[in-house]
Amino acid sequence: MSTKTVTKEKKDKVSPEQREHYHHLLHQMILIRRYEEKAAELYQASKIRGFLHLYIGEEAIATGVMQALTPEDSVVATYREHGHALARGVSADVIMAEMYGKVTGCARGRGGSMHLFDKEHRFFGGNAIVCSHLPLAVGIALADKMQNKPNVTVCFLGEGAVAEGEFHESLNLGALWQTPTLFVVENNLYCMGTALRYHSSNPNLTEKAASYNVKAVQIDGNDVLAVEQAAHEACDYLRSGKGPYFIEAITYRFRPHSMFDAELYREKAEVEEHKKRDPIILFTNYLKENNLIEDGEIQAIEADVAAVVQHSVDFAENSPWEEVEDLTRFVYTERSLS
Amino acid sequence: MTLPSQNVIAEPQQLVKMTYREGMRQAIREAMLRDERCFLMGADVGRYGGCFAVSKGLFDEFGPEKIRDMPLSESAIAGIGIGASMNGMRPIVEIMTVNFSLLALDQILNTAGTLLHMSGGLFNVPVVIRMATGSGRQLGAQHAHSLEGWYAHIPGIKVLAPGTVEDMRGMLWPALEDPDPVLIFEQQVMYNMTEMVSATPVPVDIDHAKVRRPGKDVTLITYGSCLPKSMTAAETLAQEEIDTEVIDLRTLRPLDNDTIFASVAKTHRVLIVEEGWRSGSLAAEISARIMENLFYELDRPVDRLCASEVPMPYSKHMEEAAVPQPETIAAAVRKLVL
Ligand SMILES: Cc1ncc(C[n+]2csc(CCOP(=O)(O)OP(=O)(O)O)c2C)c(N)n1
Repeated sequence: MSTKTVTKEKKDKVSPEQREHYHHLLHQMILIRRYEEKAAELYQASKIRGFLHLYIGEEAIATGVMQALTPEDSVVATYREHGHALARGVSADVIMAEMYGKVTGCARGRGGSMHLFDKEHRFFGGNAIVCSHLPLAVGIALADKMQNKPNVTVCFLGEGAVAEGEFHESLNLGALWQTPTLFVVENNLYCMGTALRYHSSNPNLTEKAASYNVKAVQIDGNDVLAVEQAAHEACDYLRSGKGPYFIEAITYRFRPHSMFDAELYREKAEVEEHKKRDPIILFTNYLKENNLIEDGEIQAIEADVAAVVQHSVDFAENSPWEEVEDLTRFVYTERSLS
Repeated sequence: MTLPSQNVIAEPQQLVKMTYREGMRQAIREAMLRDERCFLMGADVGRYGGCFAVSKGLFDEFGPEKIRDMPLSESAIAGIGIGASMNGMRPIVEIMTVNFSLLALDQILNTAGTLLHMSGGLFNVPVVIRMATGSGRQLGAQHAHSLEGWYAHIPGIKVLAPGTVEDMRGMLWPALEDPDPVLIFEQQVMYNMTEMVSATPVPVDIDHAKVRRPGKDVTLITYGSCLPKSMTAAETLAQEEIDTEVIDLRTLRPLDNDTIFASVAKTHRVLIVEEGWRSGSLAAEISARIMENLFYELDRPVDRLCASEVPMPYSKHMEEAAVPQPETIAAAVRKLVL
């Protein structure tokens, strides 16, 4: 199977709107990158604790996929979800405050890095039991379908999740009931320290999906335009009621699995090799080669991003902690006593 | 965090400083060298070195057949371990944490726990399943629960909870020799805890609780990560002339009634401390047994200090407030002797 790449093609004519859109894509990816670089720094400084899983190297996937969504669509993500939350439009401030554990965080500091939630953006977490969110995504999509809503539900997962029973249960039922679920596998080649070839008898994930009658494609996950195009095709298909869709986006995680990973399972040289296909560099080069961006515009993006990141840190720093008396709130729904 | 341990041997043994993590690593290594039927299986036990680095180095020493990396398939990990144990092997099954073991609960309860009885005594299941448990690292509500009390509810399995380095080191071998399924719960917050232990392993009596600190005023019953906290509390109380007897349960199923009852008959006051949720907890079971058997020995109602009945919050101050701490333990003891 060939992996679809778009950024090799030459662009002749590009409208100003299109040009602006490209800049938006680059802005999103750079925002995610710089935001997470900051998060790693803050982790070293013990401002952020618990598990922190960085998305660095994989930014093109969340960025590309979100372009095809409407505000009514739903997103369900894993614990490696800062990028997805940002690309979905969740404010950088409340994500940072959440990672600090402050009450102003998007989950009042109760969730942390792995459990970002935002109702307004229909962002259903931040799920840290691998694969537990696939049935959830099929259920959310089923509800849309039963209510005749034209929405899709996007479910991001790692290739490690494919080994869990719930992967197979969810694809089967999604296909059987034709739910509008878009499964996006972010195949970064490693499930923690176990490479796909050591945990899957058939490393071809699209074949697995296809065996459940789910339409499946493999794409270059480091090519933001290829991702965007695939997501649009997928959403058109899903909104026409034909059932679930499966995108396998091939990518690579540049950083350790989490902050507790000595990376014994891969060579430094391998990581460096993959960094040559950094999605931000690939896209920046493409834009430059096609005269779609100027250096000054890139600098402006960086400056804007730096301000957003700094603002989020200031916001988190200056936010209060939740009162300990509130510990037992939200175990059950609070009802007014009127 | 160091814990004074009483059962450091009297013989002229050489003592070495060892971490809780290293204790299990050496136990696994010794078991593999001693019995060729032993092998370690689980996700990331090999190339990654174990999600808590317990098996680090063993892959290089024993190779991929004996240190078997497995996919994220908790149900299959447990089920295959059970099958192998029924047919002549002695697998040491690692499930990363108790939180993920719920995906394997069906195999542990419905297969391992039932087979001997259901087969009229024909089939033994001599499997050992290890997993990490507990809070203290700001890992949030899907990575920090203490569910070993649930497992202690299941007839047919044995449940061990090492609270010292020596027990961590010495419990695996008797567990492997046991003809029935044994679960070992390792405290994730204690992996770096050090203790002086004998250079050669000492077998641990997994059938009995252990008095870690003799005392005459109050009986404090606990296990796991609440053991060091309870020992700290007992030291504080000693300065106030409150003499606390600390019992380390070590084995949560079957419970050692005799050791508990002997202590209660001596002190007449009891506090049970654990990190599980209070309702339906192991502490509730112990309390009931004391009431049923020693009602007239009690000077005060049995008291329990358990986790708040909330999913574990991420932020540090809330996580700390959710589980027993040396200060809250000491305060609870004071109330019993007032
Ligand atoms: C059911 C379950 N088992 C194990 C884990 C521990 N764990 C967390 S992330 C992870 C690796 C998952 O890899 P993959 O799905 O490829 O996603 P990636 O982290 O590479 O994005 C593991 C094993 C978990 N959270 N849940």
